[in-house]
Amino acid sequence: MKLSQKHEEFRQKIREFAEAEIEPKASSLDEKAEFSFDTVRKLGEMGILGMVAPKEYGGTGHDTVSYSIAVEEISRVCGSTGITVAAHNSLGVYPIYLFGNEEQKRKYIPPLARGEKLGSFGLTEPGAGSDAAGTKTTAVLDGDSYVVNGTKTFITNASVGETFVITAVTDKTKRYKGISSFIVEKGMKGFTIGKKENKMGLRGSDTATLIFEDLQIPKENLLGKEGEGFKQFMITLDGGRISIGAMALGIAQGAFDKALKYAKEREQFGQPIANFQAIQWKLADMATQLEAARHMIYHSSELKDKGERFIKESAMAKLYASEVGTFVTYQAIQIFGGYGYMSEYPVERYLRDIKLCEIGEGTSEIQRIVIARELLR
Amino acid sequence: MDFELTEEQRMVKEAAADFAKNTLAPRAEEFDQNEEIPKDIYQELASLGYMAIMIPEEFGGSNFDFISYILIMEEFAKACAALEISISVHNSLVGDAILRFGTPEQKKKYLPILAKGEKLGAYSLTEPGSGTDAGSLRTSAVPKDDFYLLNGTKTFVTNAGIADLFVVFVSTKPELKSKGISCLLVEKGTEGFSIGVSEKKMGLKASDTRELSFSDCKIPKENLLGKENEGFKIALSLLDPSRIAVGAQSIGIAQAALDESLKYSKERVQFGQPLCNFQAIQFKLADMATQIDAARLLVHRAAYIHSQGVRCSREAAMAKLYASEAANRIVNEAVQIHGGYGYMKEYAVERYFRDARVTEIYEGTSEAQRIVISRHLLKD
Repeated sequence: MKLSQKHEEFRQKIREFAEAEIEPKASSLDEKAEFSFDTVRKLGEMGILGMVAPKEYGGTGHDTVSYSIAVEEISRVCGSTGITVAAHNSLGVYPIYLFGNEEQKRKYIPPLARGEKLGSFGLTEPGAGSDAAGTKTTAVLDGDSYVVNGTKTFITNASVGETFVITAVTDKTKRYKGISSFIVEKGMKGFTIGKKENKMGLRGSDTATLIFEDLQIPKENLLGKEGEGFKQFMITLDGGRISIGAMALGIAQGAFDKALKYAKEREQFGQPIANFQAIQWKLADMATQLEAARHMIYHSSELKDKGERFIKESAMAKLYASEVGTFVTYQAIQIFGGYGYMSEYPVERYLRDIKLCEIGEGTSEIQRIVIARELLR
Repeated sequence: MDFELTEEQRMVKEAAADFAKNTLAPRAEEFDQNEEIPKDIYQELASLGYMAIMIPEEFGGSNFDFISYILIMEEFAKACAALEISISVHNSLVGDAILRFGTPEQKKKYLPILAKGEKLGAYSLTEPGSGTDAGSLRTSAVPKDDFYLLNGTKTFVTNAGIADLFVVFVSTKPELKSKGISCLLVEKGTEGFSIGVSEKKMGLKASDTRELSFSDCKIPKENLLGKENEGFKIALSLLDPSRIAVGAQSIGIAQAALDESLKYSKERVQFGQPLCNFQAIQFKLADMATQIDAARLLVHRAAYIHSQGVRCSREAAMAKLYASEAANRIVNEAVQIHGGYGYMKEYAVERYFRDARVTEIYEGTSEAQRIVISRHLLKD
């Protein structure tokens, strides 16, 4: 597929912004494991934090193709910022937009879309990862509020987020049909944030635990109806996967661009290493895989924009982009040789960052389950 | 054909495994976090004979054979790959180099103190402009009176910040290129010899990696190892055993990753049952184990040939190439099996993933191994 002129111009705009404002800080944020609120402010000004919400709720109302391009371009220079944006938009804002009532949308989306607040999504639990329906967090209705107890783990934007969509079991007897979702605000009594995780990569992104101890959520913060939580997060993840695929694509493209440049500059045996066939073929394979991944990401984005079924395509795009992305990034280090292993050069960060794309929002194993289920349906 | 270890080799392996499991493994995460291996570990290693594994007893060494050395390296790498590479460089690229190419005086002077762990060794071939193309190194050593005058920069030197004795390759006759390279023993503290800051790396963070620079540094001629202008031969002949050792390191990391994955997949329950009940996970484990066995057989074959005093460049390159690539596939799957936990530093597989990456780069990249192998194939 060929992108429209409008999309190409949008890419150029985001690329310039990302290279000027995000890339210079990427290495230092990684080294210090530091989250940049300054970057968040700039992302907000650019409208990148309201991409999936329409203008009436303070968003920019971009289509999914544009959103994928934005995540791709940001991740191309900084994976940590990429996942912050992806989690905020796809998991923080989008479920409220999709499943919230008018009041909830008016109340919660505008500050998120403007980037005044960051959004976050609490689904995974220590005992419920791939088996997300195995949620143990409970929500018991007591008068005008639900009393929630449980723990959510590996939550992106946990300690920097202010608006959370979380899942909890409201009816144990109905198993996955007894899961509901709620909007939780930072500072609600009984809601605390656990320690920040020490991760392999994406160290400039925020990952922590959400702890609910007799947390009281007002009844009106129920998202949709009781028992709809499972269906809601499945739909949320279908869309979210495209953004993780776009993130993988961006990181891998960034690593590829750097490796291509290095191969032309680095001389060994009296000539640039790009003259050697083994390096040329590596570059050819990397570029081919990136091209395929890019088409899959845009294709699934377009299906979503057209309102067509895209479950299989988004899972395929995420699976393929993250797996070949890891391979491409891995090969980029190889082209850099010893320098590639040193933190002075960015490609080792890219490999640590991209590995998460094969894990977050459904592991590659889960994507294969989703794809197989669609095939056998 | 005999795939059995000798009684002595088995005992050596068991002793190394015990030490690694009890002393190294529990502290490996701490070493990684602090980016440092504490001195007391080296003293303990020396007291157990691990600082002079293949050195004869007359110099205070343990006098083990090369296969035993490889078995020890695998066990150490299983527990802590950063410590393993430090010890491997000290043993095979410094101690063994002096044993094989040193004069009687050099052996008497250096081997006992290396064995006692009083001095740690480092080895330096690579330069900023000469990596895979090692023969093009530029650090110059101009012969004058009774010394060489050194100028130049060496990079990615393991143990640099903690070593006392450096095996350094220099160009004594630049016009002869690789045939004008010599090997020198350089002591820490020599005037004009400085050591750079510790490099930040993706993995093997506890191993120390730095740049060396020489500025009008005078090295006495008696510190020449082997003959003048025959240094490249020394470098090449040290590469075979050290490639086999990197193969052993790769297997060690991969085995540790498989062990952790087996344990985790039996404990972790999802969808009401342990992960290991799922066929997709079972097949992953099967592939990991098969690759480890294949890699180990290649490494042991190369080690056996080398121990017979026969050149094994092709076999060493194959062992290193296959083992390092397999190790990286295996650690990748190990992280995958651990899911989100595998991405967290709390779990050892996160470190294995970072540590394994360099096995495909140092002691000759995978590309360099393929050059060696294909050259052998096309020779006849």
